Amino acid sequence: MTALTNIIRKELRELLTPSTVVPIIAMALLFGGLGSMMGNVAVQIQAKPTVGIVAMDTGILANVSLGVVDETATVAYNGTSVDAALQAVEGKSGIAVLYIPANFTASILGDHRGSLEIYWIMRGAGLLDSISSGTVDALLARIGQEISAYLIGTGVNLSPETVLSPITPINTTSYRGMVMEGVSPAILGTVLSNQSLIVPLIIMMIVIMAGSLVISSMGMEKENKTLETLLTLPVRRSSIVAGKLIASAIVGLLMASIYMIGFGYYMGGLSGSAPINLAAYGLVITPLDYVLLGISVFAALFAALALCMVLGTFAKNYKAAQTLTMPITLLAMVPMFMTMFWDYNTLPPLGQAIVFAIPFSHPMMAMRSLMFKDYLFVLAGIGYSLAFAVIMILVAVWIFRTDRLLTGRLTKGGTGEKRRKGLFPLVNLLRR
Amino acid sequence: MNAIEAEMEPAVEVRGLKKSYGTFQALKDVSFTVHKGEVYGLIGPNGAGKTTTLRVLATLLRISAGSVQIFGLDADKKPEEVRKVISYLPEEAGAYKNLTGRQYLEFIARFFTHGDAEHAMVARGLEIVALEDRMDDKVETYSKGMMRRLLVGRALMTGPRLAILDELTSGLDVINAQQIRRIVKTEAKAGTTFLVSSHNMLEVELLCDRLSLIHDGVIVETGTPAELKEKHHANNIEEVFMAVAA
Repeated sequence: MTALTNIIRKELRELLTPSTVVPIIAMALLFGGLGSMMGNVAVQIQAKPTVGIVAMDTGILANVSLGVVDETATVAYNGTSVDAALQAVEGKSGIAVLYIPANFTASILGDHRGSLEIYWIMRGAGLLDSISSGTVDALLARIGQEISAYLIGTGVNLSPETVLSPITPINTTSYRGMVMEGVSPAILGTVLSNQSLIVPLIIMMIVIMAGSLVISSMGMEKENKTLETLLTLPVRRSSIVAGKLIASAIVGLLMASIYMIGFGYYMGGLSGSAPINLAAYGLVITPLDYVLLGISVFAALFAALALCMVLGTFAKNYKAAQTLTMPITLLAMVPMFMTMFWDYNTLPPLGQAIVFAIPFSHPMMAMRSLMFKDYLFVLAGIGYSLAFAVIMILVAVWIFRTDRLLTGRLTKGGTGEKRRKGLFPLVNLLRR
Repeated sequence: MNAIEAEMEPAVEVRGLKKSYGTFQALKDVSFTVHKGEVYGLIGPNGAGKTTTLRVLATLLRISAGSVQIFGLDADKKPEEVRKVISYLPEEAGAYKNLTGRQYLEFIARFFTHGDAEHAMVARGLEIVALEDRMDDKVETYSKGMMRRLLVGRALMTGPRLAILDELTSGLDVINAQQIRRIVKTEAKAGTTFLVSSHNMLEVELLCDRLSLIHDGVIVETGTPAELKEKHHANNIEEVFMAVAA
């Protein structure tokens, strides 16, 4: 073996450890999962949208419109009742009901734009949720083009404005039990996304910053050889865990605040005035909602730090601690991207389970839920995050009371004499 | 327990101590007694079980079998009580690098006391460390000898009833080693019980009232340095150890 290959072998042995390989595999699995979900979006774009038709007009331009609908969409209902149409479309996971009023043809031929009423059934406000409404938007554009073509072909004497843009869509959107007139899903989705974008970013930053502080703190204690001394001082193990958690939370919040002040200015500079006023539809965040949002953020941070403390016990030194922050970064990014692209309600069951299980997801979703007064979901998230945090803290304290911190392994009770003494070793250890 | 019984009670009583890591038995059968005010040495080669024994006594490791009593307190059942009366100096110890020497002593003192007593404890630590002109410098600027002196000061300033010192003068030059041994002897005269470990058998002979030889996780000999040398017709403890180990 040459000196070069000898060095390469040594370097590979040091670099290819479980702590470096596992996060890469996790990252690959994450991208794989996102890829398969993106694949579903591509299928969604190519699929015909399911719509309902309520045509009160029997004129030629209504027939042109119906021809386009028949060609490019799946019709779940064709009748005269909007309510029945909405019910039928909803039952078939459709997107919208098109209402063609009685004066549609007459209005256009009278050189006025024809109103086409669209009753949207909006299921999610994520960026990719708007794909389905986009297919109906394309359908409406095609109706306009076909009517224009008919008007040009027949040579009727109308103004260019009417010929080139013969229809005026009138949107009504129902979302989470609320009916909002004059709003399309695309606009509502954009406004809601802008409103709830900042919270996921703050949460992700706090989790990554404060989490890496906790993990690094444990790595530094071991690297600087201060841990053994600390563990022999007259201080409870739970106090050591709590002290590290609280200090990291304070520093993490401080760092995130500084970042977010800058980011707030950046976002303020980018976003203009919102196209719709959500307050007009009753979509407001009350002081109580802000309190709940704060509790949700606190619970998630608490859970994140407790998880990091458990991970930190595995850190042998500062370098290992840096590697261990990778899983936390991934866990913080998954809910941020998933809640950005999809609404929780539009995620597949597995996606919902993953997002719910990650405690940092809950404050990311809380803003939108609070806006639509879905308090049960917010409270369930807070409860879950706190329970997760308490369990992680108990695990961290338990590890602190075992040999694991110093020896790298858990005591198994050795020769059996001690092992037989307690049926509940965790309870006994926590009593120490 | 009356006053006479309390006085007669040993500082440390280890009986049939065993410690396993999975299938590996680090301590197979360790028993010894340390009397109050004694400087007791635990000597043996690397890997003999010295550090494991001291870590068990310092409540860092859990016992697999046997018992450890420190001033009548069970180290496995009442570790928090034990931590109030002991002080442990690991072989490879460090201090928080962002603190100055004085701040480090203050940080440790606050775990034991408050107010004037805290100031008195720190003053005692500064006296032991005896690095007046460097105590307001950051620990990261200290040499190895200065760091060890700081840590010895930290370990002894709290007035522990039992000081557990692992490889007391590890890596130090002759001058620093001698200064630290002198500190230990002075504190022992003042009433502190010491349990020290070393693979430097000559140092132990200079420092200890009694000692145990540990080999492969088992105590193989116990006595005063003079008793052991006489028993094995040896000139020093190193020769005693070689005779016993053979």
